[in-house]
Amino acid sequence: MGTTTFIEGSIAVAKTIGVCRPQVISAYPITPQTHIVEHLSELVAEGELKTEYVNVESEHSAASVVLGASATGARAYTATTSQGFLLMIEVLFNIAGMRLPIIMTCVNRAVSAPINIWNDQQDSLTARDSGWIQLYAEDNQEASDMHLQAFKIAENKDIMLPVMVCMDGFVLTHSFEPIELISQEDADKFLPPYKPQYYLNPKNPLSFGTMVGPDGYMETRYFLEKTMRDSQQVISDVAAEFHNQFGRFHGGLIDTYKVEDATHVFVAMGSVIGTLKDIVDEQRAKGQKIGVLKIRSYRPFPKDEIYKALNHVREIIVLEKAISLGYGGILANEIKSVFYGKPKTPKINGYIIGLGGRDITIDTIHHVIKDAVNTSFEEKFIGLNEALIK
Amino acid sequence: MTTTTVTGPKEQACDTLLAAGHTACTGCGEALAAKLVLGAAGRDIIVTDATGCLEVFTTRFPQSSWEVPFIHSLFENSAAVASGVEAALKALGRQNEAKVIAQGGDGGTADIGLQALSGMLERGHNVLYVCYDNEAYMNTGVQRSGLTPFDCMTTTSPYGEYSWGNKHNKKDMPGIAAAHGIPYVATASVAFPKDIENKVKKALTIPGPKYLQIHSPCPLGWRSNPHLTIKVAKLAIETGLYPVFEMENGKITKVRKVKTPKTPVEEYLKIQGRFAHLFKSPKGQEEIQKIQEIADRNIEKYGLA
Repeated sequence: MGTTTFIEGSIAVAKTIGVCRPQVISAYPITPQTHIVEHLSELVAEGELKTEYVNVESEHSAASVVLGASATGARAYTATTSQGFLLMIEVLFNIAGMRLPIIMTCVNRAVSAPINIWNDQQDSLTARDSGWIQLYAEDNQEASDMHLQAFKIAENKDIMLPVMVCMDGFVLTHSFEPIELISQEDADKFLPPYKPQYYLNPKNPLSFGTMVGPDGYMETRYFLEKTMRDSQQVISDVAAEFHNQFGRFHGGLIDTYKVEDATHVFVAMGSVIGTLKDIVDEQRAKGQKIGVLKIRSYRPFPKDEIYKALNHVREIIVLEKAISLGYGGILANEIKSVFYGKPKTPKINGYIIGLGGRDITIDTIHHVIKDAVNTSFEEKFIGLNEALIK
Repeated sequence: MTTTTVTGPKEQACDTLLAAGHTACTGCGEALAAKLVLGAAGRDIIVTDATGCLEVFTTRFPQSSWEVPFIHSLFENSAAVASGVEAALKALGRQNEAKVIAQGGDGGTADIGLQALSGMLERGHNVLYVCYDNEAYMNTGVQRSGLTPFDCMTTTSPYGEYSWGNKHNKKDMPGIAAAHGIPYVATASVAFPKDIENKVKKALTIPGPKYLQIHSPCPLGWRSNPHLTIKVAKLAIETGLYPVFEMENGKITKVRKVKTPKTPVEEYLKIQGRFAHLFKSPKGQEEIQKIQEIADRNIEKYGLA
């Protein structure tokens, strides 16, 4: 078994990436992703990790380097956040379209303007349609474990899609927690070496990234969508397999906390789940039947699992750290779509919280609960500074 | 496999690793240049390519002209993708399996792809970068690039009452590449196929990053007669407008000399529609004189006389 260490989230993730034996790593520094890639470069410098570490001149090239490496048959990893993530987006769509099982850590951070280095989830949400599987971690143990799972999901020969592990910037990356680190031996037992079916080599000269016209392009998108749906089973299976080997279970596509008998349920993703669990315990002590549903796999979006878990509840309160400007809460509207055409529709309220690192306190959540009980089918910002919007 | 052995220029046999049947225009300099590069490099290579004519006319699904492993990703990242390919070969212990060649047009190399190329050169990847220079964005309909020559007419640098065409001088891309301190920089032209082959072969024996820029006429964009591609390319060199040289470790080691007496630039300009506006009025002669001065400066700078 691994050892429990009091360690920063970024370092735990870097050490887990290390035992996944990536063969090529390429990244460009951007706060608050830096500690992850710095620690990986230290592992390489100390000879603890045998990998080609390519320091590039931009995130666009970081993503392009791992693209080329993966197409050549190497296990490849990158990490970024915010503006760097946005600069990568062109390549991210390309990676997914080329079915390359690259793993990326997206450290979640707000996007400019105004420039803001603190946490929300607008960056990764902006690439929700890119064809990357997106997993969101609640705490650092999950963030760390999720990377090992991510490689196994991505490299499944029936999937072959890139996976993005999303973890809240600073809130997770710069927090110290006791983490059970995964040993090399255990990682090797869980994750076999990457053996791609197709890769660039002169013995079998294939053409990658060719031009596809109106006669075939739609089918490539059809297969991406089909595989995304198929990947739901694989994500669940890999979580179960991980549970079996390591004794830790963070949820499959979703995770639930005291939802079974709940009348009111919070839905969210990322580190806010921990705060919500505390609120649930507090409210349950007062007799309120309340629970939390964690979205672990945002893409693919597990509609059926969510419906199964929530079809008995009276009220759903969606909390999210991103917004589709001109439309409203992205997650709130997707949760609404889960219930379209179903016999019973719970009341669903959506709240935009914690943008640009605005603190989400116990009081913030109390405010949300009070608002949700008194209004219906609303979407609004919570935690605004009234003096600034007068 | 559809490889055949054909008789090439000067009766040299070469492999056609770029299979026939692609959709390049008649007289395309780029198609010829790419065929020569592959022929010289042989089968044990992995090639990357930027978005552009070359990728479009060779890879229309479900067909591909590439008889060697090929990857196209985006417009600006051919050099970065090649860096990743090379890093992976090293990581996997397969570096003796294949040489890596990155390709791009002039826009993909000197404009949108310049940053990625600079990164690749600076990091010392063992990659030969080949720029097929046809002096404008041909794939999108002949718009000017950083390698479009002075006073050249393109669809975004048109000739008009207030314009003689492209206002700017051609960017010194080989100089920029050389400034990275790389071991080998060269220019070549489809006018001299054997020279391209020799330079590719030589470059591939040198470890580290190499840069080769090949002048590749585009009859469509240059408004030149397709059967004159080689003649046009030859005149670019003979006038001094396209210096052909080799630079090893920062020093010019070989140049293709121009004939004496030198060929006036009019000989080159007058057979191309992209310069036709210069011959329409007496004032155009002043512009031609400016172009002659560019040629003269090249002859002096590179020692072409």
